[in-house]
Amino acid sequence: MPEIKNYTLNFGPQHPAAHGVLRLVLEMDGEVIERADPHVGLLHRGTEKLAESKPYNQSIGYMDRLDYVSMMCNEHAYVMALEKMLGIEAPVRAQYIRVMFDEITRLLNHLMWLGTHALDVGAMTMFLYCFREREDLMDMYEAVSGARMHATYYRPGGVYRDLPDAMSQHKYSKYKSKKEIDKLNAARSGSLLDYIEDFTSRFPGYVDDYETLLTDNRIWKQRTVGIGVVSPERAQQLGFTGPMLRGSGIEWDLRKKQPYEVYDKMDFDIPVGVEGDCYDRYLVRIEEMRQSNRIIKQCIEWLRANPGPVMLEDHKLAPPKREEMKGDMESLIHHFKLFTEGYHLPAGEAYSAIEHPKGEFGIYLVSDGANKPYRLKIRAPGYAHLAAMHEMSEGHMLADVVAIIGTMDVVFGEIDR
Amino acid sequence: MSDYYNNLAARVRERFGDRISDCHVALDELNVTIDKDCVLPVCEALRDDADFSFGECIDVCGVDYLEYGNGDWEGPRFAVVYHLLSVEHNHRLRLKVFLDGEPPIIDSVTGIWASANWFERETFDLFGIVFDAHPDLRRILTDYGFVGHPFRKDFPLIGHVEMRYDEEQKRVVYQPVSIEPRINQPRIIRDDHRYADRMTEGESEAEGDSANA
Repeated sequence: MPEIKNYTLNFGPQHPAAHGVLRLVLEMDGEVIERADPHVGLLHRGTEKLAESKPYNQSIGYMDRLDYVSMMCNEHAYVMALEKMLGIEAPVRAQYIRVMFDEITRLLNHLMWLGTHALDVGAMTMFLYCFREREDLMDMYEAVSGARMHATYYRPGGVYRDLPDAMSQHKYSKYKSKKEIDKLNAARSGSLLDYIEDFTSRFPGYVDDYETLLTDNRIWKQRTVGIGVVSPERAQQLGFTGPMLRGSGIEWDLRKKQPYEVYDKMDFDIPVGVEGDCYDRYLVRIEEMRQSNRIIKQCIEWLRANPGPVMLEDHKLAPPKREEMKGDMESLIHHFKLFTEGYHLPAGEAYSAIEHPKGEFGIYLVSDGANKPYRLKIRAPGYAHLAAMHEMSEGHMLADVVAIIGTMDVVFGEIDR
Repeated sequence: MSDYYNNLAARVRERFGDRISDCHVALDELNVTIDKDCVLPVCEALRDDADFSFGECIDVCGVDYLEYGNGDWEGPRFAVVYHLLSVEHNHRLRLKVFLDGEPPIIDSVTGIWASANWFERETFDLFGIVFDAHPDLRRILTDYGFVGHPFRKDFPLIGHVEMRYDEEQKRVVYQPVSIEPRINQPRIIRDDHRYADRMTEGESEAEGDSANA
């Protein structure tokens, strides 16, 4: 009998299934995982420290770059913390816009997760489908903020500007036929709300397509059912939140339990899993996409009927209009002060959490009364989830590690911060 | 909501008595400050008592008060802040422990909440706070072989070293930073603005906080 030794396998940091820059050191007994030790921090940029050196508004852009597939949700937690400390509330219309874009962001995130998770497990088609839909969603981002991903759209006191009345059009070029361009522009002929509404009417059909490809797929089930099972008790112990906690059967959603903005006026359901395995978490996220679609529809209806301000009129926080600055000295001073020194928060501390697509994304803010945060701590959901890597993968095969990384929905922008 | 937390604060005071040095509600959040010696019994009770059942440790982080309020902070330099959540009762609590000494040492709560493991590693890495009896206290976010604790206030934003690829040695080398520190916007503390009095309640309590500590 030859002596069989354990060996150590280095997974990543340049592995396509590692979702970015995860380095996993796996101690293996044959093909079975004995110990999984994730090495994180390869994308550590010191966001929290950088934020301490900048006036509050200048850090909103950093928030986009944390979890770079759910940009506006990160901003949301940050501006909510600021608003809590300042004791202000955004106008109702801005709150509806935020809720709508939070849900658009949830779709963006879940589509990214579904596409890459399925790709890792072996379903190439999903990736192409999901990225097709993400394209439309990113056009919505572009319409309000000018950027497809890193929007910097939410501001303390509201959102940067109101929804546009017209969508940008594709131009005719030699690369595409006139007919194709016209087809692309047809959905873009109305306002942004029309464009989003058109999308929400199509989207449930797309989700049906995904489910046709995966939900009853034998290979998909073989790869996910019974993999990475987490009991409800352990899920709490491990600090799970969001779909990871719901997948284990705990009905917990901050949108329902600790509602913020106008989520208490929305009609939607919280899906929960039963077994707590990868397959249940997949089903939970799929259902969440359908629920998000419902919320977006309700927001569109309200936003159409209720025009109004989207930002507080207070120029100590919100910049004055550019036309006003041309003739009004006070506006000019406000503008200058706001973009140099910024505003000051009262001394104290606050924690604000939102139901981010990945779980509970929280911002803990300590202020000593200065124009910059004294300490900003970002509570990233993926960090707690990845910490459970060893527990979830122990005793599984190497190929299951990929499925487990996928089901955690890790993004290193937020984990490494 | 505030009533609920005032009520909870009263229950916390009743349960722990003189083991807590401060317990107040600000911005609808319950803040509890305890001594570092009673971290383990208090945390265990917070998790297990049916009244509290804080089953989830949402976050553990460090705060360095060295430059707080332009350096007129008189309490201990460091604090470890725990954010707890009870899924059962749908309430939260912020637990704060002030620490002094070099290195500051505190008991690890990994035995109580497994999720604290990585959060404590991170706090150790960034602030140099040592968690006693932590099973695996290694650096986590900074580079292999990193020197210092970057989130301390006396650690410069630009860092101490930079790295580049050395053509002659055919490897990556570290060298002292070549850039200058730059402050575009000075840090200014003001209390004469219109939002300053929004938190008078919280502010006065924050002062009481530092007096207690």
